[in-house]
Amino acid sequence: MADEPGGPSTVTEDRGPVTTLATPIRLDFNFTPGVAQSRFLMGLADGKFMGQRCSVCSKVYVPSRGSCPTDGVPTIEDVELANVGTITTYCVVNVPFAGQSIEIPYICAQVLLDGANLSFMGLIQEVPTDQIRMGMRVEAVWVDREELSPSLASVRYFRPNGEADADYETFKEYL
Amino acid sequence: MAERCAVIGVGQTHHKAKREDVSIAGLVREAAAMAVADAELGWPDIDAVVIGKAPDMFEGNMMPELYLAPALGAVGKPMIRVHTAGSVGGSTAIVAAHLVASGIHKRVLTVAYEKQSDSDAMWALSVPQPFAAPLLAGAGGYFAPHIRAYMRRSGAPDHIGRMVAVKDRQNALRNPFAHLHLPDISMEMVEESMMLWDPLRYLEACPSSDGAAAMVLAAEDAVSGRFPPAWVHGLAMRSEPTMFAGRDQVNPRAGRDCSADVYSQAGITDPRSQLDVAEVYVPFSWYEPMWLENLGFCELGEGWKLTEAGATAFEGDIPWNTSGGVLSSNPIGASGMLRFLEVAMQVRGQAGEHQVDGARLALGQAYGGGSQFFSMWVVGADRP
Repeated sequence: MADEPGGPSTVTEDRGPVTTLATPIRLDFNFTPGVAQSRFLMGLADGKFMGQRCSVCSKVYVPSRGSCPTDGVPTIEDVELANVGTITTYCVVNVPFAGQSIEIPYICAQVLLDGANLSFMGLIQEVPTDQIRMGMRVEAVWVDREELSPSLASVRYFRPNGEADADYETFKEYL
Repeated sequence: MAERCAVIGVGQTHHKAKREDVSIAGLVREAAAMAVADAELGWPDIDAVVIGKAPDMFEGNMMPELYLAPALGAVGKPMIRVHTAGSVGGSTAIVAAHLVASGIHKRVLTVAYEKQSDSDAMWALSVPQPFAAPLLAGAGGYFAPHIRAYMRRSGAPDHIGRMVAVKDRQNALRNPFAHLHLPDISMEMVEESMMLWDPLRYLEACPSSDGAAAMVLAAEDAVSGRFPPAWVHGLAMRSEPTMFAGRDQVNPRAGRDCSADVYSQAGITDPRSQLDVAEVYVPFSWYEPMWLENLGFCELGEGWKLTEAGATAFEGDIPWNTSGGVLSSNPIGASGMLRFLEVAMQVRGQAGEHQVDGARLALGQAYGGGSQFFSMWVVGADRP
């Protein structure tokens, strides 16, 4: 069989034993965001950031996971947050990686939205990487209205909004 | 602790970027066989096996402990898997120590490993999350902003990170098992390496390694081995949520609470003067000054001054990471155990070229996840 044309390939040279085999693994799954994250995602589809306030400590979480991690109580009060915030800290990413959709180098920053008590990671654009600063004031740039969807893809990026930098004292508790 | 517990055998692989000569089973067997031999025991003498590694998805083997049981002589014996992200090597040893301290077993083999060449562990940490932007470029992208926050808070000058990067690689030259051996390492070499996650350069980050670590822990009436036992004086684990308002990622509370617990057990009130050596999980250079403060070796904001003054250097008053540390070898799951193992070697007097003269009391620390899992132990040459 092995010598017939079109049959299994004929190995004439000894290339040694096979010691390694690369087998890419793929997993498709359905993601169920749950009540709290759905509220945040539906907010994004409306072009706004929706968070929740803890009834005990009054801290505002965005996105909220539906309960306060500190007090352990359900968060039931919805809060719409501002479209602007402060960069608390950041790094400039200069590493290429699989699935990367953004041109390097790019700025990855912790953005604390006005009215929130927890920062989240955001992409910063429209500012050279050597001009980024802790305390810089930024605003969200959204996709066009008809392209809004229940995803953070609705926020294209954040960019400086021209306001004076926030005083270090106002955000040092969030570092 | 009810029963005294001691490290009576240690073993580790030669850590490398790719150990193509062995499978995962061969890798863990290599370290475990060395530990059992160091304890002057045979496989039948081991009562139970406790194994740990970082997330299963790194190598794509789910519950790998099941297939590794024969390689570790664990068939027919109790076997426990531990999982606490990057701190797992430390917490695995702690679980093993608990089995001895509780009086359940006399001799427990504990093993931890990672075979990063069988996977793409670095990018496994950067998989796209549903409905989120793929911004995080590996662990460095997560930790770099917190490093910047530390620099701002403490006013530390830029060169501190480079000093740590050089010091730990110089220590690695003393350790034949270390992955990175860079004889020409210098401040200039670090500064000229590529900026990956500003402010972190390539040589300020840990490598990706294949490797395993193993120890045999024993009760007082089961002590054996080629070297004197390393007695466990204290052990502790703590964790905290990844995200909550007011969380201090530069100086996490879980780390502070964990060290307070382990120091209390070991009777330590001034770690810098009482401890002779420390092995601390420093995967990125700046985590040395950050953890110096978190572990109470100095006042807040002063950690970088200890590094700058050479206090943590091999000849300093409190050497940190004499093995070369995570910056020189990073088989993730084993990295925490290697910290615990190195300090056991130090107080047993078996560390060879990286032996600190007269080391009698030492701290091993591991952390993991987004700085939310901590495990620590203090071991000593003297019976507690």
